[in-house]
Amino acid sequence: MANNSPKVALFITCLGDQFYPQVGESVVRILRRVGATVTFNPQQTCCGQPAFNTGYREEAREVAARNLDLFDDADYIVAPSGSCSTMFRVFYPELFAEKPELLQKVERLRQRFYEFSEFLVKVMKTEDLGASFPHRVAYHDSCHLLRELGIETEPRKLIKAVKRLELVELQDNKVCCGFGGTFAVKFPDVSVAMARDKLRAAADAGAEFLVANDAGCLMHLAGYIHREKLPVQTLHLAELLEKHE
Amino acid sequence: MSETGVHSSAIHERAQKAMGDAHLQEAYRSSTLRLYSHRMGAIGQVPGFEPLRERARELKREVMNHLDYYLAQFADSVEREGGKVHWARTAEDACAIVKEIVRNAGANEVVKGKSMVGEEIELNHALEAAGIDAIETDLGEMIVQLSGERPAHIVAPAIHKTRHDVSDLFVEKLHSTRTEDPEQLTAIARKTLREIFARAEVGMSGANFAVAETGSVVTIENEGNIRLCTTAPRVHVALVGIEKIIPRFSDLGVFLRLLGRSATGQKLTSYTSILTGPRRPGEDGPDEMHVVLIDNGRTGALADEKMREALYCIRCGACLNTCPVYRKIGGHAYGWVYSGPIGALITPQFVGLNQARELPFASSLCGACREVCPVKINIPDLLLHLRGEAQERTPATPHAGEVVSERKGMRLWAWAMKRPWVFSLGGAAVRLGIRWLPSSGGQGSKWITRLPFYPFSNWTKGRDFPEPDPVPFRERWKKLSS
Repeated sequence: MANNSPKVALFITCLGDQFYPQVGESVVRILRRVGATVTFNPQQTCCGQPAFNTGYREEAREVAARNLDLFDDADYIVAPSGSCSTMFRVFYPELFAEKPELLQKVERLRQRFYEFSEFLVKVMKTEDLGASFPHRVAYHDSCHLLRELGIETEPRKLIKAVKRLELVELQDNKVCCGFGGTFAVKFPDVSVAMARDKLRAAADAGAEFLVANDAGCLMHLAGYIHREKLPVQTLHLAELLEKHE
Repeated sequence: MSETGVHSSAIHERAQKAMGDAHLQEAYRSSTLRLYSHRMGAIGQVPGFEPLRERARELKREVMNHLDYYLAQFADSVEREGGKVHWARTAEDACAIVKEIVRNAGANEVVKGKSMVGEEIELNHALEAAGIDAIETDLGEMIVQLSGERPAHIVAPAIHKTRHDVSDLFVEKLHSTRTEDPEQLTAIARKTLREIFARAEVGMSGANFAVAETGSVVTIENEGNIRLCTTAPRVHVALVGIEKIIPRFSDLGVFLRLLGRSATGQKLTSYTSILTGPRRPGEDGPDEMHVVLIDNGRTGALADEKMREALYCIRCGACLNTCPVYRKIGGHAYGWVYSGPIGALITPQFVGLNQARELPFASSLCGACREVCPVKINIPDLLLHLRGEAQERTPATPHAGEVVSERKGMRLWAWAMKRPWVFSLGGAAVRLGIRWLPSSGGQGSKWITRLPFYPFSNWTKGRDFPEPDPVPFRERWKKLSS
């Protein structure tokens, strides 16, 4: 692998592509700034998680199988999402367990797959990206990122390096926000009640901004914030790391 | 199995009801948080808690992979110690066996210590139908029995009741004087129960563990009622789910250290009873000890190599206490005796996935349950597996407001996702379509306040939905890469 300019293929998640394209742009600029060569294959669509999460394994496999071939020439694949990274790293091996002919590809893919904050801190050994943001910020641990990938300190290191920013911990920082993929529509009231608790904790902590690494959590929390007109804003970590205030 | 009352599609209604009850919400919230924090405090003091979990898991795996062997060994050991073993394939078998034992003892009343498998087989109903009074003696169980409910929690059956509720209940049912002091409430229960203990001919218990090597039935508790049930009456009947077997007496230390801490944050519970056979000459205790080994769907779970892991559960309830969904919807929403994440796993094993198909979906898959499970059951992974089984093997539940079925919707989704041009075109179509939907906001982004069609309509029940960005990333990339 080329040490001086690692070649990074982006996986810009389906939600990221359609709802948060500015996050993808921030990711590109940040990765370039830390010295990576960035590529994006527009043949990509989704990791397959919506189907997998709902129990439609065949549909998930069909969508996922395309991804096994899309990222072959990159040193690393990076996604600004803990959940999609989990899909590739944890669930693909299970999804393709009965397709031994594909398992080698799965293995090759998952070993090169990194979540955005993890890639910056662990691979690029970067924490300070020169951002400045004079606000009280709380970090929301997305469940897949936290419990499936064990990424807890990396995003916090990046946030702490932002100048003039005050990082506050939520009292229930390890409790799910209630998104949960299709859970959000299958159990909408429970999902919303969980968002309410999370945002109450954010208010108690006096947070002006809630930062997370997952478009799913952000969309869910922002949707509740907007409905209830709450005085807190959501931000993807990549966006935060580009702030200069 | 229809009498089990599991109609899991009703989970939505029941959850709704629980969430609309502020009193209940507060009871669940405060109790689960208290148990959770006790657990956190207790495990922090144990060096080597992790290796202990590994060891317990290893032991459970060994037992489940050779359950026939250990069950036979257990049965032999019980008989060797003078006990009698009964095998029950179904709930009905188990109830019939118990009725027979009670009749042979010439009794028309039994005292019961807390037993989840007893709840599972609906023993109280069966006994009542046979003219036998079954009296619950665990305080929590007694409370739910008096209110005509099921336990709302594996360990704390009356977790959903406040002191105030219990006070009302005792005044109404036991005609006691009103008090909200926990000690006085306990004293009222004790006084009521002591008289019954003194005359009871048959006492029943569950089992936390059943030791194959020695034929011992092990129960743990804090109130002493189980100890009375198993020692004061002339006949003791232990109801034992076949997954409760552990190999050796020396393994008990592993499980006891895990169970108390995981359940209530106690190093050990106040009482640990190890019952091996009926009394010997010169000893106190029952003349007869009967052990009813209950399958009731467990061998079905055992046959599924993946789901077998669910049988490792030692019923500590830690996964319930940490589960954000359980905290919101409460134990009764799950519709059967076992609630929370583990209930969503084992209920479909015991009653059939057809009847419990909604349960594996009642989770955000956050994984907090796996984090606390003393035997490290990979609950989210098994829930995902069950979701797959549910979609493949059981008829889908149709939803109101659905224009295409979920399955057809997913087929269509997969078709589109395999074709990036369809994905893009779909995005563009949505951008056009949503212009006509009710929306609010404005500064930069607009928010849809009401989406049509299930499941999307469910999103906007309590949240707004963002409009897709006018220029998706794949368009922006062209500029970024030039």
